[in-house]
This record gives sequence, C-alpha cells and structure tokens, in this order.
Amino acid sequence: MQMHEAKRVEIIIEAVMEGRLTAALQKAGVTGYTVLPVMGGAGRSGEWSREGQIGRSGMVAVVCLIRPERLESLLEAAFAVVERHIGVVSVSDTKVVRAERF
Amino acid sequence: MQAMMELAADNLLSPIILSFVLGLVAALARSDLAFPEAVAKGMSLYLLFAIGIKGGVAVAGNGMDMQLGVSLLAGMALSALIPFIGFAMLRVMTRLSVVDAAAVAAHYGSISIVTFVAASSVLDAQGIVFEGYMVAVAAAMEAPAILSALWLISRKGGGGADGGGHLWREIMLNGSIVLLVGAFAIGWIVGPEGKAEIDAFITAPFKGILCLFLLDMGLVAGRGLRQSRGEVRGGVLAFGLIMPLIGASLGLMVGLLIGLSLGGTTLLMVLSASASYIAVPAAMRVALPAANPAISLTLALGVTFPFNLTIGIPLYLAVATAILGS
Repeated sequence: MQMHEAKRVEIIIEAVMEGRLTAALQKAGVTGYTVLPVMGGAGRSGEWSREGQIGRSGMVAVVCLIRPERLESLLEAAFAVVERHIGVVSVSDTKVVRAERF
Repeated sequence: MQAMMELAADNLLSPIILSFVLGLVAALARSDLAFPEAVAKGMSLYLLFAIGIKGGVAVAGNGMDMQLGVSLLAGMALSALIPFIGFAMLRVMTRLSVVDAAAVAAHYGSISIVTFVAASSVLDAQGIVFEGYMVAVAAAMEAPAILSALWLISRKGGGGADGGGHLWREIMLNGSIVLLVGAFAIGWIVGPEGKAEIDAFITAPFKGILCLFLLDMGLVAGRGLRQSRGEVRGGVLAFGLIMPLIGASLGLMVGLLIGLSLGGTTLLMVLSASASYIAVPAAMRVALPAANPAISLTLALGVTFPFNLTIGIPLYLAVATAILGS
C-alpha cells in the first residue's frame, strides 16, 4: 500500500490551555487534531494525577498529523501559546495512508 | 469556653471530618484508594446544585431586602481586599517571588465553596439559621480576588499577566459559579413548594455525599502534601494558618457592620478565611503561568482547608456567638 511522509506533533499542555491551543492551531491552518486525556505524570513542577481532581486541572495531549512542509507554521502557532506554560512539544516522523486528508 | 470545646469535639468527631481524615491518612500512607475524576466532579456538581437550591428557597421564603445587595457588595470588597493583605504578609514572612506571592494571595481572597458547605452543615446541625443569600455572596466572592492579584502583578513588576477578555469570560462563567448562581435562581423561583418536589434528592443524601466528597478532598490534600517536596514549610506554612484567622476577623467585622445574623456572620467569616482551590487555580494557570501551582494548591488544600474544617469553623462560630449571642 502506498504510504506518505508526514509529521506527528504531540503537545502535552495544561487542560486550561486546550481551547487556546486548538484555536491557534486552527488559525494556523491545521484542519484536524486529536485531544487525548492524560492520566498523570511527573516533571519539573512535581507529580500530579487526574484522580479526584475537580477543577479544570491536569494535562491533555493534543496530537496533529500534518504534511512536513506545514510543520514550521504549526510550531510557531503552538509555541506562541505554550511558551510560558508547563508542557512538552515533540515532533516525530510518521507515515499516513491517505495524504489528501492532511 | 466549655460550650466551645464541646462544639469543637462534636465537629472533630462528625462523619464529614472523620471522612476527610480517612482520605488524608490514606493518601499519606500511600494507599491506592482513589476517586475517578468523573465521580469527584459529579459529587461537586450535586453539592453546588443542592446548596444553591437551598439558598434560593430560603430567600424566597424570607423575601428580598436591601441586605442582599449590601452583603454582595461587602463580600466582593472583602474578596478584593484580602489579596493585598495576603500579598504584603507573604512578602514579609516568606521568600516567595512576586508572582508566587500574588498567585497565593489570589487563592486566599477567593473562597472555598466546600468549606462553606461544611460550615453551613455545622450551622444546620446546631439549629442556627443563616441568610439564604449567603450562597450568592459566596459566588460573588470568587472573582474579585483574581482581579486584585493581577493588578498587584502589574504594579509590582512580576512579569505581566496573560489572559484578556477571554480569561474573564472563563472566570465569570466558570462552571461552579454558573451552577451555584443558577441553582440559587431556580430555588428562588420555585420556592418551598418547588423544593418539596425534589426534597428527597437534595436534602436526604446531602450529608452522605458531602462525606464522600470530603474523603476525596482528604485524598487530594494528602497527595499534595506528600508531593510538595518541602515547598510548604516555615513562613509559607505559618501563612496558611495565620491568614485564615485574619480573613475571619475581617469577615467578622464586616458581618457586624452590615448587621448579618449569627449564622450569616459565621459564614462570612468562613468565606473570608477560606482559600480557593477550584476556580482560582485554573485562572492563575492561564494568567500567571510562571507561578508555581504546587505552592498555592498545597497551601490552600493541604494546610488552610484542613485547618478551617477542624479548628476554624467551630472557632469562628464560637467567636461570633460570644459577640452576637446565641
């Protein structure tokens, strides 16, 4: 089966910032993304867990699959939102089957 | 004095406090006891709905007066003022940065609705009536403290705050505030007859669910304390115990000034003494991302909340009773 090169950008960010990040991504021309709940973790700000939390707390993972040439504009848009916040931005190479969708 | 000791002992051995202690001990002992996020959220929605309805019905029963407007304004003024006192104390007592001190101060100006619910349940158990609109006062006291903290940051050069109009919409339309105020309005509209239709749902299970909720709060507080990595100690820890007493004293003065009843004054003391751990933490993460969330959350939830729950509420009630008489 024909496969096409793509980039997988995963942004783990505080749940309160999710709306701002996805709005910035859409503004930068990203047509699709997936938001995943994050159960818990640890980092420079200490350990945390989703269990028992009542406010809009914790983290979410926003995953985008995009064409390699769109990576720079996506990262610029994402970085403007996440720059001052707790989180992790990572990019990996991947392949997709239906290139016209990204 | 003896009455106060009896009240304190009754409070400490009540199911709600013992449930909180169970959660705290379980978390500190590293038990895997945990509430799923959705259950915790569901219980908090139930409690906000029930307390809102009860407050609205009480206002419908007693009628509206000028006192409601005066109490709302007084509550908002307290919420706006307390962060300035908290900020000044933190800068003197601790080595916290301007941003961290402002974030902590915002938490203490705002209120903890669970502490309010626990206090109203103590008043109910003692047969002490309070103004139903204190629920609306609680809702009004959520946001002004955030404004004060952001103003402090802009004046003291803490690096500026993010946010803007979008943030303010999120704060004012925070789910807890909307549900509390909305349920209050429903209670006010439907009155005692309407409440009678749903009484079995909002009155009988209330204390049991409050116990479970406090068990979860104990777990969250215990986990926070365990993971705080020694950030909350010395002056910061002392602040978490002194600030509620200062807040309660301000609440007492304002309660007396505006002529609230014994129950209403006690609740205003509790609101002024409590620190937010739902609405403000989210707002601070958006507006002041440089502030360390572990400090303010551990202090509000791990120090001040247990203090208010165990010692604060009976103390504030005893002081208000001594001044206003039972």
